[in-house]
Amino acid sequence: MAEGTILEAGLAGAGFARDSHPSAWSVARLMLERDLRLAFRKASQLVQPLAFFAMVTTLFPLAITPELSRLRHIASGVLWAAALLSSLLALEFLFRDDAQDGTLEQYALSGRALTGLLSAKTAAHWLLTGLPLALMAPLAAVALGVPSHALPGILASVTLGTVTLSLLGAVGAALTLGVRRAGALLSLLTLPLAIPVLIFGAHATQLAIRGEPYGAPLTLLAALAVFGMTLAPLAAAAAVRINLE
Amino acid sequence: MAWTWFHRLASPPHIYRTAARLTPWFAWPAALLIVAGLIGGLWLAPPDYQQGDAYRIMYVHAPSAWLSLLVYTIMAVAGGIGLIWRMKVAHAVAAAAAPIGASFTLATLVTGSLWGKPMWGTYWQWDPRLTSELLLFFLYLGYMGLRSAFEDLQRADRASAVLAVVGVINVPIIHYSVVWWNSLHQGPSVMYLGKPTMPPSMLVPLLLMFLGFTLFFAAVLLVRLRGEVLLRERSAHWVLEEVGA
Repeated sequence: MAEGTILEAGLAGAGFARDSHPSAWSVARLMLERDLRLAFRKASQLVQPLAFFAMVTTLFPLAITPELSRLRHIASGVLWAAALLSSLLALEFLFRDDAQDGTLEQYALSGRALTGLLSAKTAAHWLLTGLPLALMAPLAAVALGVPSHALPGILASVTLGTVTLSLLGAVGAALTLGVRRAGALLSLLTLPLAIPVLIFGAHATQLAIRGEPYGAPLTLLAALAVFGMTLAPLAAAAAVRINLE
Repeated sequence: MAWTWFHRLASPPHIYRTAARLTPWFAWPAALLIVAGLIGGLWLAPPDYQQGDAYRIMYVHAPSAWLSLLVYTIMAVAGGIGLIWRMKVAHAVAAAAAPIGASFTLATLVTGSLWGKPMWGTYWQWDPRLTSELLLFFLYLGYMGLRSAFEDLQRADRASAVLAVVGVINVPIIHYSVVWWNSLHQGPSVMYLGKPTMPPSMLVPLLLMFLGFTLFFAAVLLVRLRGEVLLRERSAHWVLEEVGA
């Protein structure tokens, strides 16, 4: 059944024998490698959401006030709103190319669990967009007058929060696969679902800025991420199948 | 044998005729209950010792809020049934219910902010319940937006069903995160709706309104369902016979 599919070709290329039935893990690793390699060949796609994040955080000092003492108070909100928006922007790259050239169809036909394949794809997407965002958030925070003792908390909360954002985004992107110019619709679908991440994330950041313990909201962010990991790939796989039919 | 009623639910002409037969059985009791509840709530019930007459808006506000949640749940359950058993009528129910639910949500928001003007001195407070109603409204808008984004009806049905299921899992998470958020940022806001001790003269009209609104929703749903079934089956033979074309 799976003979001649892209996945098979990829497996063969990675040194698996034709009938070796590689484990789900090695397939997932292969997909991760493929997505990362493809993304690094088109580096502009990686840089754009980050530039957007930097741009949005720049808007606030210009629109409100350049005083760092006042910016510090709104920094957590600015950082999280900007992170939410730029992760939305990055969703476009998640499935679009693979849907257009038929790769996604091949995945669905490969006879392997689509949930696993999409989990690997989402993981790659997070490594390419979520993690860089998390690394960049402390820099933006410094520019907003956040004291340096808060930076580890910001790094941790954005790291955990973007995991859930990538997972939710995968569901939204999969649902709108068949929709042309889905940008506004995608944000309408994804943003209300992302509200808990925003609330817990911004709160953890705020506590970190104040120098208070931020373990509780961080744990809740981790809980959301784990919950998302278990259920979001199922919904995304169902949505991909619907849109490929 | 015992399941024939269930299988007959899947037949559009059967549903169309049953809905027509059932509508008055919901519509008339709904009208009577709502009139009785309004008389009881607006004239017979005594004014509240704290809120005066302003509390009376709860006779519309609370049942609307209840229905805004109930309808979303019904939409998700119908969508789930449609996904699992591929029952077209279930999707028609979900499609017919969505605008009604959105209207009840809007009614909750409008009455809530009208109540807020005399109570809080402002039309809008970031009260946890109003805020989660607002987010629920966005969820409805996203659902209807996704539904209308597809040309293909079957795809629209199934994609929006996945969204409704994802949404209904998230509604409690969103609600409790908003409650948690609010408890951090404000003191306890004025408690309303759901005082532990409400005298029977206030409570009975409220219960009548709850029941009346629910039956009203059922009646409107049946009417809209008939329209939805006609639209979906417009090229079928029985429809042409039914409308005498």
